[in-house]
Amino acid sequence: MDYVSNTVTERNDMLKEIGVETVEEIFNSIPEEVKLKRGLKVSGGISELFLKDYMKEISEKNSSLVGYTSFLGAGAYDHYVPGIIDHLISRQEFYTAYTPYQAELSQGTLQVIYEYQSMICELTGMSVANASLLDGGSATAEAILMAARISRNKKILLSAGLHPAYREVAHTYGVPKNLDFVKIGLEGTTTNLTELEENLDKDVAAVVVQYPNFYGSIEDMEKIQKLKQQYKKVLLIVVANPIALGLLKSPGEFGADIVTGEGQPLGNTLNYGGPYLGFLSCKDERKYIRQIPGRIAGATEDAEGNVGYVLTLQTREQHIRREKATSNMCTNEALNAAISTIYMATMGKAGLREVAEKSFKKAHYLAEKIDELDKFKVLNMNDFFYEFKVETKLSVKKVLSDLKQEKILGGVNLSRFDEEGILLSVTEKRTKEELDRLVQLMEAM
Amino acid sequence: MAERLIKDYSSPGRKGYSLPPLEIPEVDMGDYIKESYFRDELKLPEVSEVDVVRHYTALSELNYGVDSGIYPLGSCTMKYNPKRNEDIARIEGLSQLHPYQDEEDLQGSFEFLYELKRDLAEISGMDEMTLQPASGAHGELTGLLIIREYFEDKGIEKSKVIVPDSAHGTNPASAVMAGFDIVEIESNKDGMVDIDKLKEAVDDKVAALMLTNPNTLGIFEKDIKEIADIIHDAGGLLYYDGANLNAIMGYARPGDMDFDVLHLNLHKTFSTPHGGGGPGSGTVGIKEFLRPYLPRPVLKKDAKNYYWDYDRPKSIGKVHAFYGNYGVLVKAFSYIKTLGGEGLTKTTENAVLNANYMKAKLKEEFLLPYQENSLHEFVLSGVKQKEKGASTLNIAKRLLDYGQYAPTIYFPLVVKEAMMIEPTETENVDTLNRFIETLKKISEEIEKNPELVKNAPHNTSVRKLDEVKAARQPNLRW
Repeated sequence: MDYVSNTVTERNDMLKEIGVETVEEIFNSIPEEVKLKRGLKVSGGISELFLKDYMKEISEKNSSLVGYTSFLGAGAYDHYVPGIIDHLISRQEFYTAYTPYQAELSQGTLQVIYEYQSMICELTGMSVANASLLDGGSATAEAILMAARISRNKKILLSAGLHPAYREVAHTYGVPKNLDFVKIGLEGTTTNLTELEENLDKDVAAVVVQYPNFYGSIEDMEKIQKLKQQYKKVLLIVVANPIALGLLKSPGEFGADIVTGEGQPLGNTLNYGGPYLGFLSCKDERKYIRQIPGRIAGATEDAEGNVGYVLTLQTREQHIRREKATSNMCTNEALNAAISTIYMATMGKAGLREVAEKSFKKAHYLAEKIDELDKFKVLNMNDFFYEFKVETKLSVKKVLSDLKQEKILGGVNLSRFDEEGILLSVTEKRTKEELDRLVQLMEAM
Repeated sequence: MAERLIKDYSSPGRKGYSLPPLEIPEVDMGDYIKESYFRDELKLPEVSEVDVVRHYTALSELNYGVDSGIYPLGSCTMKYNPKRNEDIARIEGLSQLHPYQDEEDLQGSFEFLYELKRDLAEISGMDEMTLQPASGAHGELTGLLIIREYFEDKGIEKSKVIVPDSAHGTNPASAVMAGFDIVEIESNKDGMVDIDKLKEAVDDKVAALMLTNPNTLGIFEKDIKEIADIIHDAGGLLYYDGANLNAIMGYARPGDMDFDVLHLNLHKTFSTPHGGGGPGSGTVGIKEFLRPYLPRPVLKKDAKNYYWDYDRPKSIGKVHAFYGNYGVLVKAFSYIKTLGGEGLTKTTENAVLNANYMKAKLKEEFLLPYQENSLHEFVLSGVKQKEKGASTLNIAKRLLDYGQYAPTIYFPLVVKEAMMIEPTETENVDTLNRFIETLKKISEEIEKNPELVKNAPHNTSVRKLDEVKAARQPNLRW
């Protein structure tokens, strides 16, 4: 099967118009020495029915979350996704459109971006947001590069409470730009503020903390704000979980200069890690707006004075500025941003708060019970949001594999980050029965 | 008609969601979180499910997708996005997967990802691929970081990347992000790399030349072997921008042209939808000697299982928190399996046929600045029309009045009043003829009544938008 619809007769007529006998003649501009003289060794050419059977068969070699109760989090969360989202983003006008280069025929995409920016600003407590970046990790890296350009400094203080994968991506992006990364250690499961204070000086470009952090703990934002404010040029970058912001005070209110993070929890399917979206918002100051990476939509007027939307402030971008651009961002995660927009609209003022509250309360119910067990201990009982770290004298690997036998994915084994323990995340989807059953099974271990 | 903002649908207390009950005994959150950490108010919309559905449906109706009609954006390869690929990507056993599940639970997905890597390597003539980069530009950055890491590992000091003036803007921007300085070289009169200028620009500090082949004029760089030799002899590497792979797939392979690194835009050649600006996927291919520098982790296979190899001491590190845009990879794989090697080659053949047909039918009416043979896309200039009073921008806007999308305009920068047209293979001759007729009609309109074209668009949901006002008085949120 292919998707070519010109018939043989039509093709022959077209060749005549071009003035060649065969298509091969057109390809004569490719030198013989680099031409492929054989067919591609790529299997396929199958019907729709066969494709579906084949992929179904492949899918059955996976164990998806469908058959399990999941407590996995660590940057990707199993929140409820309202059914209308997939219907709306399956409208071809959204998903088969390109980047809105012709604004007058792309008002749908552009207005969605404008609404997305507005709601991201509201959640994060900032004034300006871009139209999305590639994921939470690369958005954190872009935020760091942006902060370095604004402050004209090179030193970046990265909290060890920041997701280890985000720290790695930040290094990948930052090292070629000669950024100097200093890791600020932990005290328990939150950033060691004495260490932060010792490392803060006028040469620091940015302090990067996660809120709630990788372990689910809420950092002492008030203290961090105070420390940072002693140095005028130092920026505070907060990597936030947008669901938690339904309940928690926005990073903007704690003096954040740039807020970034992973938008997946806002209505996006888990999809084995992507496509997700990175969000990035900042203060409404000229030096910030000039340095923000990625696309931005803005409202304007048409020739008759009607409201309309365009991509704007494009003199920051690669297609105009080339090597002087703020970033190489071109393709972003527009459809995922549309998903998050529809999610924020659907859940709305009360719903987002309710998701956050229910996740919080269920997580604490579970953590209290686990902490009462002899063989398990919750490390951050007093400051976590909906994700917490558990330690045990038992083999973590065995604990998790025994739970899997019972159709429970009991959390992320922190050994993948060279640490001991389990990171458990509880979303609003988990029922009391599921929570009690997990405790019961752990108790019997 | 304009559609109001979602917030303007709000009514205090209105809801459009339902969540499972709490069930557990009430928890006092104040026992755990300081009072000063609670948010006072969240000003999000208060709307019903029907409001949401009506609003976003209304917005979708202001948009234009590939299913609406031809989308001839040059270098963007806007081909039909098969519906079956969407269905496949929604199979729960493929989509409801958490990135930190155990590898033993993901063997099905690993199987097709591994095959996808192999297929893409075969199509492009490379030795290994990484699926981690999430967009074309992300792929460029990844590829250039691999090059950077390679030279650092070998202890060879390199500081520059050469980029032709016809290159995509992402090329120089990515090279700067990877820590290089840019050397731009002018194209020759045929729109190709000027060999003499290239020789002048090359020295032992050049890490790489970034090239699109065929280039953004749709012209194949026939001296590619010589170009490769010049760069390689100076100790540099050759980078291939895969935006234009749709022109050569099955006919030629960048690997055989001696490219060392490339990225492929799966949302272009391999037909995954562009989503109004993303998600995409910018998989990167490399030659064997660059394998140690690939981003972590690398998908491998032993006698029994597929697994992620994290033990990569020379890796550039991760460029994405997880493994890239997996959901996009499912669709690209479905596409490749539907077509197979023969189908992919037929795709190229028809993409090139369609573009050359359009060029033949339009080159009288509009100026064709470069006469060289072109492949899957071609560039016209609107200078003749500009003299008569309407610019390429005006022509683009007038096309919208006729319910068709405009080509890429004012790119490449080497052509004045450029219109870069790429019809792709999935359009048939009837659609092409309709577009050709429309462009000719607009050109006639410019002769008779340039004001009509200058004031376009007339029939779209909004008239021509004031971009200057948008930039000078930014209104970026409600």
